[in-house]
Amino acid sequence: MGITDPLSLDDFLAHDGYRGLKNALKMDGAAVVDAVTNSGLRGRGGAAFPTGVKWKTVLNIQGTQKYVVCNADEGDSGTFSDRMIMEGDPFVLIEGMTIAGIVTGATKGYIYLRSEYPYAYQVLNDAIATANAKGYLGENVLGSGEAFHLEVRLGAGAYICGEETAMLESLEGKRGIVRFKSPIPAIKGLFGKPTVINNVISFASVPVILDKGADFYKNFAMGRSRGTLPFQLTGNIKHGGLVEKAFGLTLRELLYDYGGGAASGRPIRAVQVGGPLGAYLPESQFDVPLDYEAYVTISAMIGHGGVVVFDDTVDMAKMARYAMEFCAIESCGKCTPCRIGSTRGVEVVDKIIADQNRPANIQVLRDLCDTMINGSLCALGGMAPFPVLSALNHFPEDFGIAKQSIAA
Amino acid sequence: MLSKFDVDHGTPERDTAKSVTLQIDGMTVTVPAGTSLMRAASGAGVKVPKLCATDSIEPFGSCRLCLVEIDGRKGYPASCTTNCEDGMVVRTQSSKLADIRRGVMELYISDHPLDCLTCSANGNCELQDMAGVVGLREVRYGYEGKNHIKETKDESNPYFTYDPSKCIVCSRCVRACEETQGTFALTIGARGFESRVVAGLQETFLDSECLSCGACIQACPTATLSEKSIIEMGQPDHSTVTTCAYCGVGCSFRAEMQGNRVVRMAPNKDGHANHGHACVKGRFAWGYATHADRIKTPMIRENISDPWREVSWDEAIGFAANKFKDIQAKYGKESVGGITSSRCSNEETYLLQKFVRAVFGNNNVDTCARVCHSPTGYGLRTTLGESAGTQDFDSVRHSDVIVVIGANPTDGHPVFASQMKKRLREGAKLIVVDPRTIDLVRTPHVEADYHLQLRPGTNVAVINALAHVIVTEGLVNEAFVKARCEIAEFEKWREFVSREYNSPAAMEPVTGVPADIVRGAARLFATGGNGAIYYGLGVTEHSQGSTMVMGIANLAMATGNIGRVGVGVNPLRGQNNVQGACDMGSFPHELPGYRHISDSATRTLFENEWGVKLLDEPGLRIPNMFEAALDGSFKGLYVQGEDIVQSDPNTQHVTAAMKNLECLVVQDLFLNETAKFAHVFLPGSSFLEKNGTFTNAERRISPVRKVMPALAGKEDWEVTVALSNAMGYSMDYKHPSQIMDEIARLTPTFTGVSYAKLDKLGSIQWPCNAAHPEGTPTMHIDEFVRGKGKFVVTEYVPTDEKVTRKFPLILTTGRILSQYNVGAQTRRTENNTWHHEDRIEVHPHDAEERGIKEDDWVGISSRAGETVLRARITTRVQPGIVYTTFHFPESGANVITTDNSDWATNCPEYKVTAVQVTRVSQPSEWQRNYRKFSEEQLDLLKQRSPARA
Repeated sequence: MGITDPLSLDDFLAHDGYRGLKNALKMDGAAVVDAVTNSGLRGRGGAAFPTGVKWKTVLNIQGTQKYVVCNADEGDSGTFSDRMIMEGDPFVLIEGMTIAGIVTGATKGYIYLRSEYPYAYQVLNDAIATANAKGYLGENVLGSGEAFHLEVRLGAGAYICGEETAMLESLEGKRGIVRFKSPIPAIKGLFGKPTVINNVISFASVPVILDKGADFYKNFAMGRSRGTLPFQLTGNIKHGGLVEKAFGLTLRELLYDYGGGAASGRPIRAVQVGGPLGAYLPESQFDVPLDYEAYVTISAMIGHGGVVVFDDTVDMAKMARYAMEFCAIESCGKCTPCRIGSTRGVEVVDKIIADQNRPANIQVLRDLCDTMINGSLCALGGMAPFPVLSALNHFPEDFGIAKQSIAA
Repeated sequence: MLSKFDVDHGTPERDTAKSVTLQIDGMTVTVPAGTSLMRAASGAGVKVPKLCATDSIEPFGSCRLCLVEIDGRKGYPASCTTNCEDGMVVRTQSSKLADIRRGVMELYISDHPLDCLTCSANGNCELQDMAGVVGLREVRYGYEGKNHIKETKDESNPYFTYDPSKCIVCSRCVRACEETQGTFALTIGARGFESRVVAGLQETFLDSECLSCGACIQACPTATLSEKSIIEMGQPDHSTVTTCAYCGVGCSFRAEMQGNRVVRMAPNKDGHANHGHACVKGRFAWGYATHADRIKTPMIRENISDPWREVSWDEAIGFAANKFKDIQAKYGKESVGGITSSRCSNEETYLLQKFVRAVFGNNNVDTCARVCHSPTGYGLRTTLGESAGTQDFDSVRHSDVIVVIGANPTDGHPVFASQMKKRLREGAKLIVVDPRTIDLVRTPHVEADYHLQLRPGTNVAVINALAHVIVTEGLVNEAFVKARCEIAEFEKWREFVSREYNSPAAMEPVTGVPADIVRGAARLFATGGNGAIYYGLGVTEHSQGSTMVMGIANLAMATGNIGRVGVGVNPLRGQNNVQGACDMGSFPHELPGYRHISDSATRTLFENEWGVKLLDEPGLRIPNMFEAALDGSFKGLYVQGEDIVQSDPNTQHVTAAMKNLECLVVQDLFLNETAKFAHVFLPGSSFLEKNGTFTNAERRISPVRKVMPALAGKEDWEVTVALSNAMGYSMDYKHPSQIMDEIARLTPTFTGVSYAKLDKLGSIQWPCNAAHPEGTPTMHIDEFVRGKGKFVVTEYVPTDEKVTRKFPLILTTGRILSQYNVGAQTRRTENNTWHHEDRIEVHPHDAEERGIKEDDWVGISSRAGETVLRARITTRVQPGIVYTTFHFPESGANVITTDNSDWATNCPEYKVTAVQVTRVSQPSEWQRNYRKFSEEQLDLLKQRSPARA
């Protein structure tokens, strides 16, 4: 990326493009799925579910229309890796989706793109037109006899439509509200049919796995987090931007070695990793390796790789309030904990900030977070409490309580 | 709100062969695979707290109260959306679950008014119940935060209110509108905390596409959507299961009562025809029963120009009996007769025909089925051997290709239409044969695959063309025909329909339906799986009504679509008891059970039971009675529950006949159009005031139960009994159940029917006898009732009613959702909100040619008469066709219709009348005369002298 003309298929081919698809066409579907499974690739949208397992589920359902959907509703604050791929190397995404479609038996794919990415929309459509014209998409992909059609659909500005089931509703032309699972979309997805849903980066990672082998990809990184992730450094950071690294490096390395510290030159006090639903990490956690499992143990998440940096002027109570407010604004309104809870969350944090019956309201806030975490239908309501609780637990002084009185 | 007399299992029942066994709260439970944890728990007596789930709609998973713990699973899955699996170990109670549930309830109540004591749902509110169940004791958020408490009510609908302040956004109403009713009028507007139920495009409920079926109200767990009757009167204290008195669907209802006052009619979840659904008529339009227009005292008069005189029952009955006796003495035994109605119960119609045959001593009895489904009886009996539909309604759940011919189910049979639409949304194909673009042709999430938009009067040409394709393209189910049908007759039919003049191309100029559409439809029907035909009065009310019914039966037999679930020939009966009235021997030629009067064995059976000698010749049909009245040989008529003046064709002909009668006895709830010509008025009792049974379109006998005393002191059957006794023939029934016992004794298809069995089973589909002790949902399974199915050659013969230069348009008639039949009931309810006048529908092209604009007064003339209606310009009708309804007497739709009728049964040709329409400025002469006469008669009613105490 960055070294090719994004819309030049020849350029793409000259840089090993479509070698993955060509290999995949020579293999049977199960073997391709095994390769993806063995590579250790996990969903890069944030949930980190093993991509191969998902594909296998779809592959194993016989005799029905299936779909491939790319979730390109990149809505996390401070994230842009999907956009960079779509604008800078659209064919790698198309190739990844085509592989997914052909190996699982899905003949139709959709890219659900957020409307805030008009340039990506144009680039993708141009690239799809080229791929169709050159036989890389269409009724007979590369003469294989396999069909795969691809279409870009625009969202309408709702964060919740990045949640996969709400995205399916939106794609079907309905209100973007969350569906319950199970059945999972791999079994009953778009229009009730088996559907592979992956994030842009997940699909874009597939061609190299099939070109260079599962082991090539797997050999990057650590533990159960294999391969690389494009981290996106934003906020109060000297050198913002995208850093693609294998899992396992630490946040401190990312912040200081690549980011050069806070843009303000002041000490970095808190970092929100994994988007607006991700926990705020204090300096004491900067040395935890960036690995899905390691982050879970500290109640944090890597998510889509967004890293937003705050220096020591940040008021973490306000950040907690913002987390609830974000949830209230973006809630689809289906489930009660999220619909009413996020609004009450803002109100309770306001009361805490205003020093109204602080200890009692902190308990109310904790209880509310518990209700939302355990009761919400999807990750929006279920994870919005994480930034709130992390702010409260790591930075209690911003809530007007002494550090030692943490009740967590 | 749900009926508090019902149990709600939370999610729908699953009908799967496989079962799974699991543990719930330590109990071992076995349920069909696909059953939710919630339903399984409910079956085991464990109530999991819930708000967004109700067992009439699919689970949704939004309220988050029903969370449970499952061994080996992370988190707290919702029991409504999690299905049972073998070996699961489930806990519905734990301290953690209690915390979560209390937390959720605390959120709910933080945005809910605390006016429980004065709330209309008090005593039947699921939110209140859940607050109690989870032990909510305080709302720590306070009430000063963001809320909806001040939002204003929508009271636009005459029957219910929408109060957004009480909405908990469970979406049950939205889902009921979609899944149960299939209208898709509701949605949730906005998102997040702002979410709220919205009708249409943020309109009032009344302005939206809401059809007021009430499914949303029933689904609502709070007072958000609430019946105005409940708001006004409060919650019921008891309920009685009974059957709706409107259309032939025959919905089962709970009459929810306070003492003997109805507070609401709630469709019965266990109702076999409706499964808990209802329409705007059955659910809401029951106010007529206590309308001020009800006549509660018998009345008599010597001449129809005299004021009425209120008298005692004895005097009225005596007066009528003497009149009939005198007439018979003077003009002969055959000079009197009786007409019964499809609106009466089985017991009442049985009694009336018995009265005519045993007391009058002739067979001059007929029923209003004469003017609607008599061709069904004739046609199906001839071909299949039984005068009734072949399926139950639930059969449609298994249909793959649904054919709707000359019926408008969404208006005429709305509750069945909802079930049909559900199946269509699941993917069944639809073929509509109708001159108009009825709603089913294109309605949310339903679109007909083929619409055969034929010219009125060419049904038989269309059915022959469909058959032509099936026969000539080798699509006949030869194995079925060979095994089940008379081969010689089939071969004749095969040869006949194969003739070139029956081909779609040859028939196209006649029917106006493009040949390729006919071909496509025929192929789809013959090859698309289970094919089911549903038809209505657009089939029967033609000069070839009976021919068309036989044509339909031919088609079903030729394709093997009969004798199993999912297929069949299904007449959609118009009124609540059309089937029953026909079954009960109300026709002049048939004794109960469709046995011909000339059959001496049957006659002897009845003669022995009744102790009289019966005439062996059929009596007069309704049109014959009119003719005989006009020629002076027919002088006395007893009309029960039927308004022949408004509903029979060629009104001026009918009224002339009425004026020639010396004694017209009308038994009805209201002084209807016929009663304006009557000498004796015997007050009727509504379905809420009497016991009996109705038989719906699927041969289902359902109980009608008395929930309040008869307003005039007598149930209808008691009136016939009294009249019989006064005329010297003793009838001694103490209860209608004894009448049913007599019917069962005398009728082979009813042998097993009794009130006790009805109470046990809820309803029974006849035949019910030793061979079928619990009734017969699907008929003709192994063989046809007549043995082998009989194909009948159905030559298309154009109607005599042709367009001419003088009458260049064809008028056809139909029904709308909110009004029922002659409107006697629905016009006396708030249903007038949706339809307060009959309109003439004119295609824009025809309107333009005549300078007619929307709302203009339009004169409609035929060779029979002339009337004036306001115009509605619409493309629902084709050019050359105009359309109207006949729900209001002053509309005079039947002044226009002619006395053409079906060749076999005399069913009037209501659906084809050649007319001209022109812009006019005043009512027609008939309407002016009608108005004058009607005003005089209402005056004579007002002047009535009260009965002496």
